[in-house]
Amino acid sequence: MLTQALFRALDKKAIWVIGIFLAVAVLVPMANLLIPPGQFGHVPTYLVSLMGKYLAYAILALALDLVWGYCGILSLGHGAFFALGGYAMGMYLMRQIGSRGVYGNPVLPDFMVFLNYSELPWFWLGMDNFWFAMLMVVFVPGLLAFVFGFFAFRSRVTGVYLSIITQAMTFALLLAFFRNDMGFGGNNGLTDFKDILGVSVQAQSTRATLFAATAIALAMSVLVCSMIVNSKLGKVMIAVRDAESRTRFLGYRVEYVKLFAFTVSAIMAGIAGALYVPQVGIINPSEFDPANSIEVVIWTAVGGRGTLIGPIVGAIVVNLGKSWFTTTLPELWLFALGALFVFTTLFLPKGIVGLWHQAWGRTRRRTEPAERPAPPTPAQSADIERGEDPASFGHEAQPKPAE
Amino acid sequence: MSAHTDTMLYLDGVSVAFDGFKAINNLAIIVKPAEMLAIIGPNGAGKTTMMDIITGKTRPDTGQVLFDGRTDLTRLDEAAIANLGIGRKFQKPTVFESHTVWDNLEMALKKPRGIFSTLFYTANDDDVARITEILETVRLIARKDEFAANLSHGQKQWLEIGMLLAQDPKLLLVDEPVAGMTDSETEETAKLLREIARTRSVVVVEHDMSFVRELGSRVVCLAEGAVLAEGSLDQVSANPVVIERYLGR
Repeated sequence: MLTQALFRALDKKAIWVIGIFLAVAVLVPMANLLIPPGQFGHVPTYLVSLMGKYLAYAILALALDLVWGYCGILSLGHGAFFALGGYAMGMYLMRQIGSRGVYGNPVLPDFMVFLNYSELPWFWLGMDNFWFAMLMVVFVPGLLAFVFGFFAFRSRVTGVYLSIITQAMTFALLLAFFRNDMGFGGNNGLTDFKDILGVSVQAQSTRATLFAATAIALAMSVLVCSMIVNSKLGKVMIAVRDAESRTRFLGYRVEYVKLFAFTVSAIMAGIAGALYVPQVGIINPSEFDPANSIEVVIWTAVGGRGTLIGPIVGAIVVNLGKSWFTTTLPELWLFALGALFVFTTLFLPKGIVGLWHQAWGRTRRRTEPAERPAPPTPAQSADIERGEDPASFGHEAQPKPAE
Repeated sequence: MSAHTDTMLYLDGVSVAFDGFKAINNLAIIVKPAEMLAIIGPNGAGKTTMMDIITGKTRPDTGQVLFDGRTDLTRLDEAAIANLGIGRKFQKPTVFESHTVWDNLEMALKKPRGIFSTLFYTANDDDVARITEILETVRLIARKDEFAANLSHGQKQWLEIGMLLAQDPKLLLVDEPVAGMTDSETEETAKLLREIARTRSVVVVEHDMSFVRELGSRVVCLAEGAVLAEGSLDQVSANPVVIERYLGR
């Protein structure tokens, strides 16, 4: 059963994407560690961490695409799951500091000493164990998504209303984590990390390893998503996206289909957050900012939703743009981002990946005129008039906007 | 209690109002196993609302809705009712347009509907044979790998009937199956539905009288949410009230 599902996942384009990121996971750290600085091919350490950050974002975008592109759930709160995963990792890293903190307390992190805590809050217990912290990285976002999704989907909250409550969820968490007495470091968050698994977070080899771990996690995420979307369940998810009530009348429990996608997606987002935090060295409540979650939606839309490669491309391209813009024209970045989103929505409904498909389809048509499609039937012409002719969008039918 | 044993579908005293407007008013309809029933009536007579009630989309305010003589449908949701064995074809053909014809049928095929059994589902030889058989029945075998969006209106109707067959229901609710079909397609559809009705119960809602005549089944005429007349098509269409309220104008 599982092997068949794996085979299904590995055919088509997914195997290339997985292969590329596994290769990247090996080659980039090698180029960083083995080629001496100054020599051709050397990848500086700061760049390794920067790319690692982008790949963590790519996992987050892929997670969003699983629910938005494939299941029609426009979540504007995915940053919350990312941040929760990040906080779980941050708590582990805080507890690794030990007595090297400013106050030298062997158990309590600095901010707790400063706030006159006498002992660790209960939810910090066990976070000094790596395995337990990693369990929480998966468990906490997964549980939140499960509970939240269970009530939202059972009550049949859909479309823009669901988007609004996901936004409210991340905003509520933002406000909660800003409070000092929540026990998560308040405004400053968690930072000044020293060790991870006994080695220095700052060390070049650690950074290379973290990059490799992120690239592998991305490859695994693509594998899991590919397995889901190529299964019958993936088809049902698309059916839910396009005609939710019709799917119910076929006997599928739409709320459980959505709940499954939402929970898996939240877990992926949590893992992305956990990989992000040691590479940037800080986690604070601003990660819960609703604007961050909306930015993830933009990455996914720009790259091309409803595809596996699209959100990855989108996350990397938009963040490259962001890195460039915020150094050269920082005040214009948000305008550029907004303009990009409007442009994508108007002119690239399938994102960069869709554009590539279109261009590829056109050149192929030019070189092989014999393969030109037959003139459209009257029914197809009607579809074209409504802008719904799938033939003009490469080989896949154009996904409809979320309800 | 003996009234509803040995029935496939039993509606009694069913009423539902939307904002005070009585869409269904004390409706009583019985469908026996392996029986076909055609429902006619003017627009707004409550035909589609009746189907919504049976399939769990709308809850009736009062009344009894029983399936197979014992299951109370008013307590169940759409998915549970569909899994009991009630299939529905909608007035406007609703197929999954971004899926191929084959995938549409594969999703409809009667199989466990749980999340993990769906995730790890792989079509076995029986499933492939069954889908192929249905594709031949609905004459879409040549277009099996095309997106459902590319089908003509009539072909979408047939695909939806095929999806109904794939669900293997005990009771089929078919809402205006021949809208947008040519005469010969209409004839074929009537033949197909008669064939299905040998083993299953079928409820057809239709405006096309010649099609209803071809079905040759019992006919119920609805108006303003209640039964106006019942019997064979000749009896119903000879009924003076039906002529005045529905046919005559």
